[in-house]
Amino acid sequence: MILLDFEEQIGELLEQLEKLREVEATAEIDMTGSISEIEEKIKKKRKEIYSNLTPWQRVQVSRHPERPYTLSYIEAITGGDFIELHGDRHVKDDKAMITGFGTIDGKTVMFIGQQKGANTKMRSYRNFGMANPEGYRKALRAMKLAEKFNKPIVTFLDTPGAACGLEAEERGQGEAIARNIFEMLNLKVPVICIVIGEGASGGALGIGVGDRVLMLENTWYSVISPESCSSILWRSWDFKVQAADALNLTAENMYDQKLIDRIIDEPLGGAHTNPEKTFETVKNVIIEELEKLGKLDPVKRMELRRDKFLNMGVYNEG
Amino acid sequence: MAEENLGWFTRTEKGISTQTKDKKDIKERMWYKCPKCSEVVTNQDHEDNLGVCKCGHHDRISTKRYFEIIFDDNKYKELDRNITSADPLNFKDRKNYSERLVGMTKKTGLKDAITTAVGKVGGYALVIASMNFEFIGGSMGAVVGEKIVRAGDYALKNKIPFMIVSKSGGARMMEAALSLMQLAKTSAKLNQLSEAKVPYISLCLDPTTGGTTASFAMLGDVIIAEPGALIGFAGPRVIKETIGRDLPEGFQRSEFLLEHGFLDYIVERKNLKEKLAQQLRMFAN
Repeated sequence: MILLDFEEQIGELLEQLEKLREVEATAEIDMTGSISEIEEKIKKKRKEIYSNLTPWQRVQVSRHPERPYTLSYIEAITGGDFIELHGDRHVKDDKAMITGFGTIDGKTVMFIGQQKGANTKMRSYRNFGMANPEGYRKALRAMKLAEKFNKPIVTFLDTPGAACGLEAEERGQGEAIARNIFEMLNLKVPVICIVIGEGASGGALGIGVGDRVLMLENTWYSVISPESCSSILWRSWDFKVQAADALNLTAENMYDQKLIDRIIDEPLGGAHTNPEKTFETVKNVIIEELEKLGKLDPVKRMELRRDKFLNMGVYNEG
Repeated sequence: MAEENLGWFTRTEKGISTQTKDKKDIKERMWYKCPKCSEVVTNQDHEDNLGVCKCGHHDRISTKRYFEIIFDDNKYKELDRNITSADPLNFKDRKNYSERLVGMTKKTGLKDAITTAVGKVGGYALVIASMNFEFIGGSMGAVVGEKIVRAGDYALKNKIPFMIVSKSGGARMMEAALSLMQLAKTSAKLNQLSEAKVPYISLCLDPTTGGTTASFAMLGDVIIAEPGALIGFAGPRVIKETIGRDLPEGFQRSEFLLEHGFLDYIVERKNLKEKLAQQLRMFAN
């Protein structure tokens, strides 16, 4: 397991644990007592560290290289009963955006999400989870398809931002995201959006307008990444920690600002320490939320969604 | 010392040979120097030309000036004057956001990055929400979102066409995710206008980038722009850094967007009012 800088103390304990296990195996001595003692210590240490994470540390966990990505969630939640759909029908198939039908609890759901790669080769193949206009247009096609056949939509947000480049601009990155935001406010089927990693700016919101917007415990969502915020407002890359504080970007901050609807707990130590448990939790939350949303009249549900976003904003008057 | 040794120091022509347009320093307040062709005119002439140089360069002008140009007899009613930015996150970078706001109001005389009004254009009623670039780069925070929504409501209630004049660097960082959600908030109102079949015109000015482009600026029933305006999602500097080479000439300018199919037409400032009136007439009749 890859440890983050603030998890150093856990690393020492994990090493001790490893040694004990080795001794037990080679010398055939029963070390059960010592092992469970160390395991208990690790758990305690994790609890200590994870109950006091700073916003920047949350950002680090959200980017942990072993953190599960969209396809892993879909695979686990549908039990492999998933048909991926490709292409925006205009330009190409964007590998940074996944869309497809899947089954959850016997019912068909349209899954949409940004996809990051797990190794160097795949990271580049997936463009680091940064979708181009065709990715957003593929997502919109999938949403319209879901609406046509009256299937609910679940989106997974995990992007460091929308793709930035000559081609993205030529093909209208701004228009593609704007169109998605606009159309998502128009959908007559239930829409659940879940931030599973990084929720960076318009790139995330482009698939993030839902009846219920949820965030996993160790994720972030804001208008800009802490690094870019530092570079613009502090004119230096060195203030990312301060920027992460200032941006109020954690799940808890977002919930307090009434910008998201719910926080989903992660296993102690982050989603990557126990992906199976994370998938199970997320699956149960989706089932629970879909059941509630399914009871609402489609038009009423859409109006409630619009009203929710129309009410976002703090200002002075008079 | 013999004179020929100072040849490099000797005037070849009598009098001052530097043309005014090639001079480096121009006294402010009196003269306008075009950043594109370097032509120099008096500020009065520049203003009389609606801030447009002979070479066609459209200089940024204020919302107040646009209202003068667009609305019949410069008559209009300003809407929701008294909405101002709060600082819900107590945001602080090198400066406190709250201090920044006070400083901006003092400097510009504006309350935030948008002014909304209703008036007539060639006899046709129009609600306009016009962004103020001089106020923190025309950045969109909760005030911009709320005023667009309220102006949209006015248009909806009175069945009057709506126009948003974009002139913005994007979302306002000091309001973090709250400013990001203004993209969805404004789009929700545009959805309602669309359903009620109230026309919505988006006018993109220099610059229209970031969150503005990723929401209302690109959602017009008709999307128009002035010549040469910078319009894009990512800013040119960021793209240049990302791709590691210079950007092609004219990239992300109005003409580029028209060519790629993202604008309906480009309109010069001197024709703006007439063109808008024509457009409104086409919607009405």
